[in-house]
Amino acid sequence: MSTAVLAARLREAIGAERVLTDRAQLRTYECDGLANFRVTPGVVVLAESREHVVDAVRLCAEAGVPFVARGSGTGLSGGALPVSDGVVIVLSRLRSLGPVDADNLRVVVEPGVINLWVTRDAAPHDLAYAPDPSSQQVCSIGGNVAENAGGAHCLKYGFTVNHVMGAEVVLPDGSVVHLGGTAPEHPGYDLLGAFIGSEGTLGIATSLTLRLVRVPETVQTMLVGFTSVEDAAATVSDVIAAGILPAAIEMMDALAIEAAEAAVRCGYPAGAVAVLVIELDGPQVEVAAQFAEVEGIALAQHAFEIRIAQDAAERALMWKGRKSAFAAVGRISPAYFVQDGVIPRTRLPEVLAEITRMSDAVGLRVANVFHAGDGNLHPLVLFDDAVEGQAHDAEELAGSILELCISSGGSITGEHGVGMEKRLKMAKQFTPSDLDTMQLVRCAFDPDGIANPGKVFPTPRLCGERPGPKTGVHAVQAAGLGEVF
Amino acid sequence: MLTDATTVVRPTSVDEVSQVLRAAHRDGRTVLAAGGRTKLDWAPPASVDVLIDTTGLDRIVEHTAGDLVAIAEAGVRLTSLQDQLASAGQWLALDPPEQGATLGGIVSANASGPRRLRFGTVRDLLIGVTVVLADGTVAHAGGKVVKNVAGYDLGKLYTGAHGTLGVVVSTTWRLHPVAPARRVVVLDLPDALAAGPLAVAIARSTLTPTAVELHATTGGNGSLVVVFEAIEASVHAQADAAVTLLGGGRQLDELPALFGERPGSTEDLILRLAFAPASLTAVLAALPDGTEVTASACTGVLYAALPASSAAALDALRAAIAPYDGSAVVLNAPAGLSLDHWGPVGDSLELMRRVKDRFDPERRLAPGRFVGGI
Repeated sequence: MSTAVLAARLREAIGAERVLTDRAQLRTYECDGLANFRVTPGVVVLAESREHVVDAVRLCAEAGVPFVARGSGTGLSGGALPVSDGVVIVLSRLRSLGPVDADNLRVVVEPGVINLWVTRDAAPHDLAYAPDPSSQQVCSIGGNVAENAGGAHCLKYGFTVNHVMGAEVVLPDGSVVHLGGTAPEHPGYDLLGAFIGSEGTLGIATSLTLRLVRVPETVQTMLVGFTSVEDAAATVSDVIAAGILPAAIEMMDALAIEAAEAAVRCGYPAGAVAVLVIELDGPQVEVAAQFAEVEGIALAQHAFEIRIAQDAAERALMWKGRKSAFAAVGRISPAYFVQDGVIPRTRLPEVLAEITRMSDAVGLRVANVFHAGDGNLHPLVLFDDAVEGQAHDAEELAGSILELCISSGGSITGEHGVGMEKRLKMAKQFTPSDLDTMQLVRCAFDPDGIANPGKVFPTPRLCGERPGPKTGVHAVQAAGLGEVF
Repeated sequence: MLTDATTVVRPTSVDEVSQVLRAAHRDGRTVLAAGGRTKLDWAPPASVDVLIDTTGLDRIVEHTAGDLVAIAEAGVRLTSLQDQLASAGQWLALDPPEQGATLGGIVSANASGPRRLRFGTVRDLLIGVTVVLADGTVAHAGGKVVKNVAGYDLGKLYTGAHGTLGVVVSTTWRLHPVAPARRVVVLDLPDALAAGPLAVAIARSTLTPTAVELHATTGGNGSLVVVFEAIEASVHAQADAAVTLLGGGRQLDELPALFGERPGSTEDLILRLAFAPASLTAVLAALPDGTEVTASACTGVLYAALPASSAAALDALRAAIAPYDGSAVVLNAPAGLSLDHWGPVGDSLELMRRVKDRFDPERRLAPGRFVGGI
C-alpha cells in the first residue's frame, strides 16, 4: 500500500488535523536526541487518545507499514528514529495524569506525561516518583518505559522497571492487553517486565500504573573534591564496602567539571581533578551517622574539600552542575558524542586509566561523567566536526570504550538503550543464541516485525520458523534480505 | 506427577542439562526441572517423562563483594549462598518461607518473603540468568552489572514461569549489605481488621521498616510485626517512632517465632493472594471467618490456609477480591482436589500462549502446569 493511501485512511479514522504528511512538518520528527541519525518518516500521527493509537497501529498492521512510537524525542540512542516511509506515532498529547492514589502509592498516567510532573503531583502527598533521568524536565514516561530509564538515584531506588506496576499496551496487531496492574503480582508470565525496556519493539503503552515512594525524612548532599580520579574511585568503593547504600554517588572528572563551570557556574571546588556528589536519604538519625562516616572515608582517601549542602538551594546547585554536564560540554567543544556503558564498580580505576590511554592515543579529549555507585559511565568524546576525519575517529573511540566495558564484564548500555546506535554492538555482548532467544519474545508480540523494526537487534529476522538446527536455506535468506529465524 | 515411568536425571553441568533437553527434544519427552522440591505441589503437571534434578548444579561461581554481585548455579540452596555471603557481611535479600529451596526454584516460582517490602522480589534482584531452552539451546540474558538495559530482560520472563519456558541453570544477583542491628515492634490487635489502616499509616510515614507482617485469624485477633534493620541508632529511633505511630506495641531485639512462615499444613487449601496494598482490610473481610493468615501488610501479599471444604468457594473469593486487582493462587491443595490453581489471568492470556508457543512449541516443558493450561 502506498503511503498516500495509508495517510488517507489514517485521516479518515482519526482526523485530518492529526495526520501530517507535509514534508516540512515531517522533518521535525526525523531524529531524536541522537541527531547524527536522521530519517524522514512517511506519515506522522499526533495521537490524542488510546483509540487514536489503536486505530493508527491497526491501520499500519493492515497495510504492513512499520510504525515508531515517539514521546518527547529526548532518547540518546536513536530509539525513536523513524523508518523511511513508515509512520511515527507521537504520544506527547496523551497527558492525563492521576489522580494520585496515595494510600496504594500508585498513580495512573498516560505515556506523554513528563517525568517531573509525576513527582510534582505526588509532592502534596509527601510522595515522589523515583526514576529521575537527567532529562526529567522534558522526557516522557512512555519513553522512560521504552528505554527502562534510570537516573542518578537508581543506585538505591532502582530503574523504571522497578517502579512501573501495570501497563495498557497496544500490540502491533492493534489489539489491547493489560499487563500487571495495581497489585504487586499477577498470575502468569511477567510480560510487563519483558515489555519495559523493549525500546518500542513490542508495542505501544497507552496507560501506565506507577509506584510512588514516600519522600524520605531527610536528604543530605555533599560535594567532595579530589586531586586524583583514583582517590575518588576508592572513596566510592569504600563507601559501598562500609555497607552504606547512598541515594546517589556521581562522579565528574576535570574536563567535565570545566564544562559544567563554563555553562552553569556551579562553583565546584577549584583545582579538583575529580568531584563526587554523594547523597544520602532516609531517617534523620541514620543519615546523620552515615553521612559522618562517608566524610571520614573521603578524608581518608585524601579529599581536599568537602562541601555540605545547607539547604535545598545549595543541594540544587550541586546537582545542577552534574545534571547539565552533557549539554555543558558544548561550551568547551564544537561537537561531542555522549556514550553510555556499564562496568563492575570495582573495575572503575583501571577502566578510567585505560580510557585515558585510549583518548591520548587517538588525540581526542574524553570528559567523564558517571553514576559511579553503579558503574554506569558516560564518557563524552569531544571532537571538532570541521576537522576532516575527527568525527569518524571520535565514533571509533566511543565504540572502543564500549568494547572495553564489555571486556570488563559490563554492558554496552546502562540507561540510554541500544536503539539504532548500538544494535551492532549487541552481537559483541550476546551470543547468537542469546539474541535468537530474545527474538522469540519479539516474534510472540510482533510476528510481522512492524513495531520499530531495525532497532535493538543487529540483524533483521523473520519469525516464520523455529530456532534449532537449520535445514536448507530460506528463500529470503538466500536473497540476502534477512536471516531465517 | 512423578510416576514409576519418570526418569530422574541429575546433571552436574550446564552442558549436561543441554544434552538432556536435546535428547528429550529428539524423543518427544516431557520435562520438569526441580531443585529442593519445596514447591512441586504448586500446580503440578499431570505427569512428566523426565525430571531434571538440578541439585547437581551446585557451584557458587563468583562473589565479588565490592560489586555486591554473586553468580550461582540453579541448584545452590539459598541457605548455602547466604552462608557464603555472610562472611562478607552481605546477603541476597530474599527470604521465602520454603526451607531448602534452591535458587532455580526460587526464580521459577517467584518465591519471596517478608522483606519484599524493602528489597522487592526476584524481579528486582536477579540481574542475569542462563537458561536451557526446550531444544537444548543455552541462552543468557542480563549480565553481572546491576544497571543494564542491553536487550530484552528475559530474567523477568523466566521469573515465575514455573519452568514452562526453559530450565534455569545459572543466576546472577544483586546483593545487599547485612544490617548491623535489628529492632522489632509487635502490636497485638484484638481485631485483625485494624491492621489495614495501620499498614497504610506505616507505608505513608517516613519509617523504613524492612518488613511489616500480620499474623492473624480472620474475624478474630492478630499481631502486627514491624521489623527495622539498619544501624543501631536508627533501629531504636524508628522502633520508638513506630510505637508512637501505632499507639502501642512492645519492642523486641529478635524476630518472633513463626515470623515469615506460611500458615497451614498439607491437609489445607493454601492460597497466596495479591492485591492493591491499601485493600488489606477488604481482603481480610472477604475471607471466611476463622481463616489463618500471614500477610505482608504494606505490600499487598497474603497467605491464607483454608479447610479443604472451602475449595468450592474459591471462585467466589476470587470474584470478591477482583475489585482490588486481587488474585488468589493455590500453593497447596489437599490430595484429590481438582481446581484451577491460578484463577483468571485477564486479556493477556492469549499473548502468554504465544510466548509459550515460541519457546516451547511442542509443549514439553512442565506441560499443563501454568496459567490457562500452558
